[in-house]
Amino acid sequence: MSMYKSKECVAMLLAGGQGSRLYTLTEKTAKPAVLFGGKYRIIDFPLSNCVNSGIDTVGVLTQYQPLVLNEYIGNGQPWDLDRSVGGVMVLPPYQGNKSADWYKGTANAIYQNLNFLDRYDPKYVLILSGDHIYKMDYSAMLDFHKEKEADCTIAVLDVPLEEASRFGIMNTKDNGEIFEFEEKPKHPKSTNASMGIYIFTYEKLRKYLVDDEANPNSENDFGKNIIPSMLSGGEKLYAYPFEGYWKDVGTISSLWEANMDLLGNPPKFDIHDKSWRFFSRTPAQPAQYIGKGAVLSSSLITEGCEIYGTVENSVIFSGVRIAPGAVVRDSVIMRDVDIAEGAVVEYSIIDSSVSIGKNAKVGAPKESADGIAVIGGGLEIPENMTIDSGLMVNQSKLEELLSAKEEN
Amino acid sequence: MSVSGIIFANLHDQYIPQLTTTRTLASVPFACRYRLIDFPLSNFANSGISDVNVITQTNYHSLMDHLGSGKDWDLARRVGGLKLLPPFITAYSSNESQIYSTRLNALKNISMLINRSNDDYIVLADCDGICNININDLVNSHIKSGADLTMAIKRVSLTPEKAKHSSIVVSSPEGELIDMIRDPKNIPAGEVDININIWVVTRSYLQRTIAEAIVRDYDNFAKDIIIRNIGKHNYRVYRFDGYYAKITSIADYFACNMSLLNEKSTRDALFNVPNRPIVTKVRNSTPTEYLPGSSVENSMIADGCVIEGHVENSIIFRGVKIGKGSVVKNSILFQDTQTGRGVNLNCVITDKSVFIRDGVTLSGHPSIPFCIEKEKVL
Repeated sequence: MSMYKSKECVAMLLAGGQGSRLYTLTEKTAKPAVLFGGKYRIIDFPLSNCVNSGIDTVGVLTQYQPLVLNEYIGNGQPWDLDRSVGGVMVLPPYQGNKSADWYKGTANAIYQNLNFLDRYDPKYVLILSGDHIYKMDYSAMLDFHKEKEADCTIAVLDVPLEEASRFGIMNTKDNGEIFEFEEKPKHPKSTNASMGIYIFTYEKLRKYLVDDEANPNSENDFGKNIIPSMLSGGEKLYAYPFEGYWKDVGTISSLWEANMDLLGNPPKFDIHDKSWRFFSRTPAQPAQYIGKGAVLSSSLITEGCEIYGTVENSVIFSGVRIAPGAVVRDSVIMRDVDIAEGAVVEYSIIDSSVSIGKNAKVGAPKESADGIAVIGGGLEIPENMTIDSGLMVNQSKLEELLSAKEEN
Repeated sequence: MSVSGIIFANLHDQYIPQLTTTRTLASVPFACRYRLIDFPLSNFANSGISDVNVITQTNYHSLMDHLGSGKDWDLARRVGGLKLLPPFITAYSSNESQIYSTRLNALKNISMLINRSNDDYIVLADCDGICNININDLVNSHIKSGADLTMAIKRVSLTPEKAKHSSIVVSSPEGELIDMIRDPKNIPAGEVDININIWVVTRSYLQRTIAEAIVRDYDNFAKDIIIRNIGKHNYRVYRFDGYYAKITSIADYFACNMSLLNEKSTRDALFNVPNRPIVTKVRNSTPTEYLPGSSVENSMIADGCVIEGHVENSIIFRGVKIGKGSVVKNSILFQDTQTGRGVNLNCVITDKSVFIRDGVTLSGHPSIPFCIEKEKVL
């Protein structure tokens, strides 16, 4: 008898993306491990969705800079995914007896882990990506998939027509069956944008992955290869309409926006909903302390912070210290950042463990700024220094700015 | 050398009856997100003591809920780990006297477990003291001196109220215990050393002591064992110099919470000691949201709150909601308390899930804070 109980549905979370459009924020971590919303990482959202949807077996496919992500997922305990059978498992690329390959594409990543899937003998496989912020009950989508007796179900979002050409567009019949898929069409025929969330009947998925791997011309990608060949193979593909908040946080501006969407009353995206909690691994920190003279408005603030200055319309992660007279506005301040007296941070994203010296200025008021200023992790911005709006500052950029200053 | 720990969860419940009608002293909430037992538990875990028994007696549902498997303290272990020990009552006996009320009787009750253990030393800790202490230092001083029992002491100035629940300890400069005065009537001027209810005992000595206590029907550790044997057995003291607060009344409890607001050094001494974090049960709250119109001054606020009103000199636990126009001063609001609009609170302690309707004004005094019981709607 197998030691593995069969599972109806196993989730595979694609977490190998580099996220190069997040610049310095993903220099040392994979995109799914980027911090979000005061105490989360991006991957907490799909992982929590899985657990809340009753899916208890999740493979996380990693590749790029996996240290932080591996350490973060650990044994899966924060998400209740430390199970004797199933649970969360990190699946890095590995060396086989015939070949050793990095994951060539999204489909190849799953192909290389067919042995993992086979162990659980699933009827269905849920494919997720690790760069979206949303709340979704995958069990409702699975019910839809079963009801339609589909071979593949793709979650779609109704997007504005002018944005549709940025997405993979599903053209469907009235009953939701997909007859055509167009990747980033110049002239979109519909507004059903793929959210990168797929449910496959495993038997079919397995067949198409094996066939795809045998095709040397394939890019081994779900959107470009698997979906089109299933369509031409006459399989039943359905679009599952999703309504609600969903955001791809692959760029600095969308990451900033998604953080801001947590603010307001009511917020665009409500993380306070107790019936659908988002779980995260959090360090043991005392409660936040708000000192005399602090001015707070429209902000999220997290445990371990000490706030004496002004915080407006911002998201503040744990362990941040904002000194008297310092001002933080329209910004995302990640873990353990220290902002000294008189410093002003506006329309910026500050990565973890940065220190901002006395009277330094980072960014500009949102209305007049040339984009979001970003300071990379662990940097020290000296006293009185000015970092212009829209600048992406990592170690080498900071050195450049400092030497330019000396020359003047 | 191996060391295990025993925590007494209920011993001092009567100190703050306002908060212990439905819970143990160990599970009394403290400082926005902790329970009192988090201090001894974290102190043990931080010192590498991974075999911890929690002796409890009554009202322990909240305690069980808080502790769970012990994983939050890294004490969910296959070998050792956290164990909860409720009263051991033999089937078919209706002998209520088996529900112990003293430390010694509780130890008699678990004598089988102590006899079976392989540990060389056992550390006993109560839940009435708040401190971040290095238990290893205490154990090492005990081992070095070869004592039978070493008692941690702290120099404090004693008020008559506090004295009722304290023991003054007199020791030689070399650290030998010379005298122990329980419930002292004449309090000497200036500072004195008191017993802070953290002791390390050599297990073989503890075994002999319990056996003797059973035979002679002793029931008080301090009176029947220690005081009787001072000078005969090797008793020593260990001086603890860090922050320590003893909670013996609701006023103490209130003052101790408030002291966290007045001094950053107090917060640091408890919560920001390198390598010695105080750990509690994770609740996965969201960050706290400060809405327009909120104003906050000199307060500690846990995660998961929504603040729309004014908060000053207060301790706010997880999931509290403070409505528009409400003013909360010098108060302690437990988990999931909600105030409507225009509420005024001063020197109030609300237990969990209290709801205060629009426009209600309540006030206590620091010496007698106004306590509102769990789930009350006002």
